[in-house]
Amino acid sequence: MMRILGVLALLTALYAGLVGTYLDNAPAHEPASKTQERIQGNLVDVANIQGRYGVIALGAALVIITGGIDLSIGAVVGCSAVLFGVLMQSGIHPFVAVPLVVLCGAVVGLGNGLLITQLKLQPFLVTLCGMFVYRGAARLLAGTVSRSQTIEMQPDFSSALQSVRYFLVGKNIKGELEFPAEFILLLVLAGVVGFFLHRTAYGRYWYAIGHNELAAKYAGVNVSRQRVAVYVICSALSALAGVLLFLDMPSIQSDSGGQYLELYAILGAVLGGCSLRGGEGTAVGMVLGAMVLPVLENLVSIRGLKSDVIPAVIGLTLLVGTIVDEFIRRRSRLNR
Amino acid sequence: MGLGRAPMTPRLRANGIDKRFPGVVALSGVTLTLHPAEVLAIVGENGAGKSTLMKILAGVYQPDAGSVELDGHPVRFDGPREATRAGVVLIHQELNLAENLTVTDNLFLGREPTTGGGLRVLNRREMAARATGLLAEVGLPASRASVRVETLPPGEKQLVEIARALGTAVRVLIMDEPTSSLTQKETERLYAVIDRLKAGGVSVLYISHRLAEVVQCADRVTVLRDGKNAGELEKRSITHDNMVRLMVGRDLTQFYPKIHRPGVGGAAVLTLDQIRYRGGPDAPLTLDVRAGEILGMAGLVGAGRTELSEAVFGVRPLVSGELRLDGLPIRVSRPSDAIAAGVVLVPEDRRLHGLVAPESVGFNLSLPNLDRLGSLFGVRRRKESDLHRYWIDRLRIKTPSAAQPVGLLSGGNQQKVVYGKWLARDPRVLILDEPTRGVDVGAKAEIYALIDELAGRGLAVWMITSDMEELLGMSDRVVVMHEGQVAGELSRDRLNEEAVMRLATGGEEP
Repeated sequence: MMRILGVLALLTALYAGLVGTYLDNAPAHEPASKTQERIQGNLVDVANIQGRYGVIALGAALVIITGGIDLSIGAVVGCSAVLFGVLMQSGIHPFVAVPLVVLCGAVVGLGNGLLITQLKLQPFLVTLCGMFVYRGAARLLAGTVSRSQTIEMQPDFSSALQSVRYFLVGKNIKGELEFPAEFILLLVLAGVVGFFLHRTAYGRYWYAIGHNELAAKYAGVNVSRQRVAVYVICSALSALAGVLLFLDMPSIQSDSGGQYLELYAILGAVLGGCSLRGGEGTAVGMVLGAMVLPVLENLVSIRGLKSDVIPAVIGLTLLVGTIVDEFIRRRSRLNR
Repeated sequence: MGLGRAPMTPRLRANGIDKRFPGVVALSGVTLTLHPAEVLAIVGENGAGKSTLMKILAGVYQPDAGSVELDGHPVRFDGPREATRAGVVLIHQELNLAENLTVTDNLFLGREPTTGGGLRVLNRREMAARATGLLAEVGLPASRASVRVETLPPGEKQLVEIARALGTAVRVLIMDEPTSSLTQKETERLYAVIDRLKAGGVSVLYISHRLAEVVQCADRVTVLRDGKNAGELEKRSITHDNMVRLMVGRDLTQFYPKIHRPGVGGAAVLTLDQIRYRGGPDAPLTLDVRAGEILGMAGLVGAGRTELSEAVFGVRPLVSGELRLDGLPIRVSRPSDAIAAGVVLVPEDRRLHGLVAPESVGFNLSLPNLDRLGSLFGVRRRKESDLHRYWIDRLRIKTPSAAQPVGLLSGGNQQKVVYGKWLARDPRVLILDEPTRGVDVGAKAEIYALIDELAGRGLAVWMITSDMEELLGMSDRVVVMHEGQVAGELSRDRLNEEAVMRLATGGEEP
């Protein structure tokens, strides 16, 4: 509870900073309604990115709750985006390609999970290796993919692709963002994840495994199966995020698409209350945690800071946030 | 008093110690005196404040009120480091050795002799020489010095801890449950070392639940109850009964509630037929657990009792042989198979295998029962809270609520939660591995009454225990294990301590 309040406070501060900066930067003679419109538009842009980051943060968080880690998220996002493009270019209808890509993601997760549970390899190493493998696989598939190129090759898909784009990322035919579809998608997925996590036996098993794998095993939990399941979910969500990335971006480069996203996902999960030691985290927290980074990025950029310093600012802010959070956590533990 | 102790300055003295933790008064007005070259045992139920007192004496905690004197001078240790420097060393319940380092590295951890200079280059030669000496003092061969600690048996680890303490010019050695994980032989060795330390002028303060050992080894006993002094016993009045009376504040009549059921040993419920398991002995093992009986399983630590139970429970894979339930073969390749068949295990190490300690009492009670509480729409909250309420009442688990983290309960109540989570499944066979380890006297009596009642209702109970009193007091039939095999079986009328020990140590059946 305290952790959620902490991340809420952080978000409030960031949003206040964002709006304040907009008001400061507003041209002197701009009417208030126009400024408000611009702010709203910007917040919707940000929300869309929050949605995409949130989708992968949910997956990362489930893995982290069971005491694991997935470093391959970013590579799976990139590879899935490329795969999505390549599939459609080779004539597979977008409505089929979306589930197919998600399925491929699930297979990747299955591989990670089996390596970790059956060969008893360390999650960090398995997914670190996976990160390179999927990045390489993306390059084998294609150098870059883009919507315009896809439509050029398969003109029939134009309208199907546009409707997928509209419903998943909220952009109309002119490329304008009409509504934060990715954020809505996040809320729906978070609802599903939250249901599993907090209302079903599976969630109990995941928490139990994260806190004490042996006790879970001795209580009759099929630990391997549950572990595999969370890796499958995580990679499937990453693949879905890859689809979103493809639909949202003008083009995807196979060597950089989705870069660092695993770290963003892990950060989102941790800010949202997951402990890297496992066993902790809530669905609401995950959504809030994932919302932090896009606001921060946006704030840094509209403050006019050079884009080169963005990572450093993000890193430092998050470090401060983590420190504050740890203090809050210790306090709340003492007061119990 | 006749020994002329009165004028002697006590080595260590604690006056009116108070210690509060959030929500609990751990100690209130506790006084303790430890003379030079004396072995003082602290006994009391779990939660009596013994460990807290030890930690205060060793500087781990600061008292809220009261004072500690060392050789007549008031001292205040800000942390165990300072206490160690003053010659007061605590050896924790859980050993604090770096398992991955060698014995020598551990002996000098944190105070390595160096060749001088800022680089702190280790003086390997001096370490080796001193290590040999320290190991000799605790009766370990010099060859152990270069061995990694993780390869040592628990008894030797304990001795390494003591050797480490000796290296700090220890004057007060405090030990929390030093023998809880030791075999008989290791325990004897430890007491020989304690005798030698005493002869060398070291004062020893130790906590033990094994009262028989206290009778044998302590010069004096201080009893704590509910965070207060409950009494002292001088050497000649240290008896099992006296200690128990002070610990519980009442005479324990009917400690073992055993109702001698006539005609115990109904049909075999669980049969182990010629089984061999991975990591076990080559020869197969056969055993029956019968309805309505408590089958006691004795043996020294390392006799393979826990391993056998783990094989039956599906933790260790079976290599050959067959398990039968009510005469029908069952396949058990993981715990969930055993549980589905109605075979459940209360494991030896509660915090490692029995409970998810940071989670709540309710979470733990539900964990193996979620298949019965759930539906397509998730876990049924109402059914779940009914289950929590029922078992908390039924087993009289002392907890503020089902939401309390189970790790914060006392050992006895934690153990009751483990029983509760299994009994909620209405099992056929209850495997108990050290059913009352780390459980205080009061809760023990309740658990014994429960086990007896369950057996009375036809449950097959297989009780592995290293506690001789428990074995003799509770079992209808005893199987003694030696080196992974059944060394012999004793019916209730032939059951006595000598017979058990003879079989357990590889002797012939009487």
